[in-house]
Amino acid sequence: MARKDEQSSELKSTKSKVIDAIVFLLIAIGAVAMIFPLIYMVLSSFMTKNQILSANFSIIPDPWKFGKYSEVFQKGEFLRGIRNTLTVALPVLIGGGFTSSLAAFSFSKLNFRGKNCIFMALLATMMIPFAVVMIPQYVMFTKMGWTNSLLPLIIPGLFGNVSIIFFLRQNLTSISTSIAEAAKIDGCGYFKMYYSIFLPLMKGPLLTQLILWFMGIWNDYLAPTIFIQNDEWFTLQVVIRSFNSTYAVNSDYPLIMAASVISIIPTLLLFFFFQRFIIESMAVSGVKG
Amino acid sequence: MATAKRETKKRMSKAALREERWGRLFVASPFVGFLCFMAFPIVFAFIASMSTWNGINSITDNFVGLQNYIDLLTDAKFWKVIGNTLIYMIGIPIGMILALILAVGMNRKMKGVKILRTIYYIPVVSSLVAVAIVWMWVFNYDYGLLNTAIKAITGQHGPNWLGDEFWVKIAIIIFMVWKGLGTSIILYLSGLQSIPRDYYEAARIDGANGLSLFRHITIPLVSPVTFYLLIMGLIGGFQVFVEIMVMVPKGGTNYSAATIVFYLYDKAFSNRQMGYGSAMAFLLCILIFIVTLINFTMQDKWVKTID
Repeated sequence: MARKDEQSSELKSTKSKVIDAIVFLLIAIGAVAMIFPLIYMVLSSFMTKNQILSANFSIIPDPWKFGKYSEVFQKGEFLRGIRNTLTVALPVLIGGGFTSSLAAFSFSKLNFRGKNCIFMALLATMMIPFAVVMIPQYVMFTKMGWTNSLLPLIIPGLFGNVSIIFFLRQNLTSISTSIAEAAKIDGCGYFKMYYSIFLPLMKGPLLTQLILWFMGIWNDYLAPTIFIQNDEWFTLQVVIRSFNSTYAVNSDYPLIMAASVISIIPTLLLFFFFQRFIIESMAVSGVKG
Repeated sequence: MATAKRETKKRMSKAALREERWGRLFVASPFVGFLCFMAFPIVFAFIASMSTWNGINSITDNFVGLQNYIDLLTDAKFWKVIGNTLIYMIGIPIGMILALILAVGMNRKMKGVKILRTIYYIPVVSSLVAVAIVWMWVFNYDYGLLNTAIKAITGQHGPNWLGDEFWVKIAIIIFMVWKGLGTSIILYLSGLQSIPRDYYEAARIDGANGLSLFRHITIPLVSPVTFYLLIMGLIGGFQVFVEIMVMVPKGGTNYSAATIVFYLYDKAFSNRQMGYGSAMAFLLCILIFIVTLINFTMQDKWVKTID
């Protein structure tokens, strides 16, 4: 395969090189259009209010103002939003990662009656729109007094995440069951089998899924906006959204943009670092799903 | 001999029972989660959908049977939001066509193309709220990027993107295509890479040109990806909410931007008509179910596999 590629690239004619250049240029123009709103967001966070609202359109900040970023952090609710989001993410990722991987191990390597029924029931939940369950869940959480805390966002996550279970189970099927059989004959306990054999084997995909889950929690707006009633527990996205309505009144767009920029940075960094794994797992779930 | 055999069998079943106990214990957590946060709420919502429940009063005392469903079918606003939601779905084929063309381009072996792919993917991983805020600004009538560009090119003032009943739909479609393009590109790329090269070489020997290669080999062979994107696009398309909530908080002029879930949220949480909202949620669920079912039954007609 590799040799074939080499050969074909050697054979590349000038004609196909020209086509390559044109195609590349077109894709690059599209990429600029794609990224432009985000670049403008970053640049306008350094502008003055007057420059943004001036009749003469300009892209480069004049003068450059860096003060909006420290102003964002001085607003107590912004840091509190980040803290709340992390307070949700940490237990959910640890607890939910554990329960999900344990269940995936059991679904793929252990035999028990009713296994397929339970698995299908879980899969079916992926097709149910959140809109159907959000009203009863909201009332349930209100009755339990959870809407005055982060519990509605934490507790359901601890039970595990169906798409992660599904993904890890798919991943484990490629690992031979003979390891499990041998371990059973040796009298290895089932939890030990999970912990010392299969957990290390699914470490990579599990980590990728947890990163994606973290991004999901970080970017989530719908659940927090419905379930969290008290500003004290607003997560970052809810805070950003309320910034947008509060500060738009006096046109403090640089502040809104600065807050938005900060809120995007963590997921972007994660994406850049783990790009290969994230894209791989995206492609796998798309092709298999 | 016979006793020994029976003994192993007995021991085996004991071991199997032990395995069953542990196996079930290990899946207990997601199963309990399913019962508490899915199964129970669904049953509850179904019962509530037949009452004028407001979240506080008793469901049984306010039982109205199918009245909510009947009211919904004659609720002009409900039909309007269904219409809006369907109009936004025009973005699905637009996104798929753009993504396929871009993916075919990126599939050529070129230096630096990976960086471009990354750029197209950035909107996907960015926070929906943050990018919706940015796009609000792009679409701003007086100072927005888009209208500034339109004025510079044509000399005329651009449309009131988020305020006009017609243009708001275009604006939302543009936004949704922009946000989702990266995902479709990645999936199409992996679909393209799974097509064996011999197919193209054989067809080229037979004298096929680039366009017919695209039509007769590429398009049929990435049809599983197209199918996946269509299903996911439709399921997601029926549930559009957050971008509307951020960009057009009141649902637009004459509710021209509101979607089904937006209306549902409005009813259930702003008006506290939770019974009515639940009925709407169930109709939404049925709608999604029917559309998905149609998709799966039509699948054999156009989705090809490589073998």
